[in-house]
Amino acid sequence: MATTAEPPAPSEAAAAPPHGAITIPDFEIVPRLGLIPVAIVFAGLVVAIAVNELWPLQFFHVAFGAAWTIVDLFLGFVLGPILGRLSVPARIEMTTRLMPKMVLIMPTVVTATLAAGWQLGHLLGTVDSGYYNHGWIVASYIVVGCMAVIALGLLEPANIAVLFELKKKQPNPAIIERLMKRFIYTAGILGALQIATLVIMTKIASG
Amino acid sequence: MPPVTQFGMASLALIVAGGIYLAAHLPQSVPLTPAIILLALSALLLAANLLSLTRVHDFAWWRFLQVGRWALLAYAITAGLIEYAFLRNGLSGGPLVVLTLSLVVYALHVPMLIAFTVARYAEPQPS
Repeated sequence: MATTAEPPAPSEAAAAPPHGAITIPDFEIVPRLGLIPVAIVFAGLVVAIAVNELWPLQFFHVAFGAAWTIVDLFLGFVLGPILGRLSVPARIEMTTRLMPKMVLIMPTVVTATLAAGWQLGHLLGTVDSGYYNHGWIVASYIVVGCMAVIALGLLEPANIAVLFELKKKQPNPAIIERLMKRFIYTAGILGALQIATLVIMTKIASG
Repeated sequence: MPPVTQFGMASLALIVAGGIYLAAHLPQSVPLTPAIILLALSALLLAANLLSLTRVHDFAWWRFLQVGRWALLAYAITAGLIEYAFLRNGLSGGPLVVLTLSLVVYALHVPMLIAFTVARYAEPQPS
């Protein structure tokens, strides 16, 4: 069932439809069908760690790490600024379609990248303190640690809170605006940190 | 509202720092005291956050608990997968205990932050 939001603040009114109220499409905060691929990924991850062989671990770490990097860069530097400039109805429509998917995608790619990466590092010996590029490995821990704190403490709560706000019978545009700004800014910071990840990972892979 | 998000981020930063400290020294034996201090401070911030929330009047506890339990389930699964990777690598002894307790703080504090951010904008009573 679709709901309607209160009319936007005066500064946003120019972009709003003339009738004032904004229709919010119905959506699931956590798309239940999306839980199936998530479960498949996690099952595959457990198997990859259990067999402890190079190819499956490399696959999970590289494929999901690349997805994590690309999503953060795209969201932070391409989609985020576009989202911020859209009219309020377009932004709401985009948000109700994008954010529920992000609720599932981000924790899945992050968990798969880190768990497979740790196991891969153990298998190759790159996480050992005697590894010749150990300084770069520690630098990657620090960058990932910073990203984790920002993503878990700011981005993910804002992502879920904006969806709950949009589910209300009378969503508050000011709250949606505040949470979306938080989401877009933190996505930008994560995008910048992902550039550091790219530098570090290509250096480690190059020896 | 108390600074729950700020405390939560500080708590996460402390366990991340402890985890990096331990991971940077593996597989050599490493003094655990710095990691234990960081973990204790992180757990203290978690407790302080919960305590400060209980003192808020008209807080939407129904929404906090509704969101919190599902987020707890999700983050317990991710923490479990990371713990599995630690066990599979033969991590044991003090570092395993510290990292496991760090994962417990992570699996409690992240759902709490999510539930708080949702509940702070919710009605105190379900409509």
